[in-house]
Amino acid sequence: MSFHPEMEYAPAKFHRSERKLAEPGEPFTYTPGNQARFDQVVTRYPADQRKSAILHALYLAQNQQGYLTAAAMRHVAEQIRCTPADVEDVVSFYTMFYTRPVGTYVLNVCRTLSCALLGAERVTEELGAKLGIKPGETDSTGTFTLVEVECLGACDRAPVVMVNDDWHEGLSPEQCATFIDDIRARGGAAFTGCHLKKEAGSGQQAADSGQPAEGSKK
Amino acid sequence: MAYEPVLTKHINEPNSYTLDFYMKNQRGYEGLRKALTVTPNDIIEQVKTSGLRGRGGAGFPTGLKWQFVLKDTPKARYICCNADESEPGTFKDHVLMERNPHLLIEGCAISCYAIGAKVAYIYIRGEFYHVQEILEAEIEKAYTAGYLGKNIFGSGFDCDVYIHRGAGAYEAGEETALIESLEGKRAQPRLKPPFPAVAGLYQCPTAVNNVETLCNVPLIVLNGAEWFAKLGPEKNGGPKLYCISGHVKKPGVYEASMHTTLRELIYDHAGGVLGDRPLKAIIPGGSSVPLLTPDQLDIPASFDGVQKAGSLLGSAGLIVLDDTVCMVWLAMNLLHFYRHESCGKCTPCREGCDWLYKILQRLERGEGRSKDLDLLFGVSNNIVGKTLCAFGDAAATPVLSTMKLFRAEYEAHVREGRCTLPAAWRAKQPLFAGAH
Ligand SMILES: Cc1cc2nc3c(=O)[nH]c(=O)nc-3n(C[C@H](O)[C@H](O)[C@H](O)COP(=O)(O)O)c2cc1C
Ligand code: SF4
Ligand code: FES
Repeated sequence: MSFHPEMEYAPAKFHRSERKLAEPGEPFTYTPGNQARFDQVVTRYPADQRKSAILHALYLAQNQQGYLTAAAMRHVAEQIRCTPADVEDVVSFYTMFYTRPVGTYVLNVCRTLSCALLGAERVTEELGAKLGIKPGETDSTGTFTLVEVECLGACDRAPVVMVNDDWHEGLSPEQCATFIDDIRARGGAAFTGCHLKKEAGSGQQAADSGQPAEGSKK
Repeated sequence: MAYEPVLTKHINEPNSYTLDFYMKNQRGYEGLRKALTVTPNDIIEQVKTSGLRGRGGAGFPTGLKWQFVLKDTPKARYICCNADESEPGTFKDHVLMERNPHLLIEGCAISCYAIGAKVAYIYIRGEFYHVQEILEAEIEKAYTAGYLGKNIFGSGFDCDVYIHRGAGAYEAGEETALIESLEGKRAQPRLKPPFPAVAGLYQCPTAVNNVETLCNVPLIVLNGAEWFAKLGPEKNGGPKLYCISGHVKKPGVYEASMHTTLRELIYDHAGGVLGDRPLKAIIPGGSSVPLLTPDQLDIPASFDGVQKAGSLLGSAGLIVLDDTVCMVWLAMNLLHFYRHESCGKCTPCREGCDWLYKILQRLERGEGRSKDLDLLFGVSNNIVGKTLCAFGDAAATPVLSTMKLFRAEYEAHVREGRCTLPAAWRAKQPLFAGAH
């Protein structure tokens, strides 16, 4: 039903609040390493504000398992000492949490203006053609998920594609097929497209950086 | 007179992000040392005299914002550094965090001292994980060296700086939504007043400041308010970072004074339009501001200068558009962004963005009707000024601005039943999936 003669009210298929929740999934608890990380992070906030650590708690769970099941969300709720509904409320809002399985490599193609002006639509097209999937889908082997995302904040290096947490800048449509082949052949070693990695020859930046979460996909 | 960069002078040198480099080349943490010898009020006065205006979008005077922070309270006070940087066309803050992180850390510490806070949270967008890694390691080094933590320089001042990683939401950049997100909730704005200065994070007095804003603070303390103010035109002092992207030869972040004109930025700094094509229009301050046309390029790229020309400097994200850009497509592209990022709290914004996107999509697909133009106008005007936060106005801007400047293109889409400017960089098959 619509109150406007011309327009439908949003069926909201696209809206994050309408995403379906995952099935309960396997029983979930943090690995001891992730538990220790969580216990450390929670101390950054006042003692009566544990809820502030919720995004961090969810990242830990997601890195451990690849996506967030209802069981994982319940575990996070226990850690935070809030209700599972509170956790679902947060999870359904933010785009970087997945409530169903995704591929080992999530290809996030920036589709916003500056990237689009330099061929981002073509990049999505080429990646999709190479993998035989449309944006929003995962390929049959469960290796790649293709997603269109909004501005990643690196518009001068358009078109930008973020693969998991790694950036690939200036990825032209012509390079897309080779890029996929390279990931298939070398896995994470193919992630060389970020300007920091390109410059790493002289000033080594990665050496003193933090470790990925335990059980992380990387 | 050539302008010498101060914020980004060293960013192209190797290891510019390290503490050693900062100490040797940028008078590292001398600003903090100096600040701790005067009263917090003196710092606020200095920042006020310098005329520093917020670099996050609104250009609000920073000193004034700090002055409003409630002092007469037993509650804790907080600095929240806004490193969400999600405005399309904006990419300056991550450069500072990546290449000059200690300037931000020092800025956070001085700001905490000024408003009487002991903790600063840096809210960084989830997609900046590689930047976060650098920043986190450098914060650790600042602790080890005694520039953060307890009893800094033996002054009795304690300060902690923590990173808080967001998880993908443009709206988390709005200051009260940022606070909600920091509290572990959905990033949806609060009703104002009370303003964060009175009841912000955990209902305590809070100042939310952009990364670039905070990076200017040590410079003001070290070099004086006068020096800062004199770098730019009146009321638009200090160094400014400009992000230039789109159809230019050398896209990137350029530091300049606000005397610089848009023409100089595009043609001198960024090397001119890609392929030397004619310039069609520019967006001067991130996707949320009205477009300017080539005849307006000779205005200074200052807060006041751009406003006088009928647009806003916003986050200083210049997007350059050549003659192949279809303005209906442009509005559709941006409305896809706003429709996706609307937090959904108010109806005009949540529904209106979706409607606008659908109408634009219809026009671009060639199925537009002549009354769609009035409909676009009507829906936009029912969003502007009728929402909780500035997002609503921002979302309607691309539509209203392109309709005002390029109405003939909209009419041509209806008349010819197709997009009249299909560019080579567009998809071969229309990508109208958008199922997310
Ligand atoms: C929808 C919306 C998004 C915003 N996004 C950002 C952002 O990503 N980064 C930022 O610094 N300010 C952003 N702002 C502006 C902030 O609300 C706030 O004005 C700013 O952080 C204040 O800092 P400043 O005074 O140092 O500029 C946004 C505002 C709105 C309404
Ligand atoms: S204007 Fe839009 S983004 Fe802002 S509070 Fe309302 S619905 Fe949310
Ligand atoms: S538009 Fe793609 S990174 Fe900003």
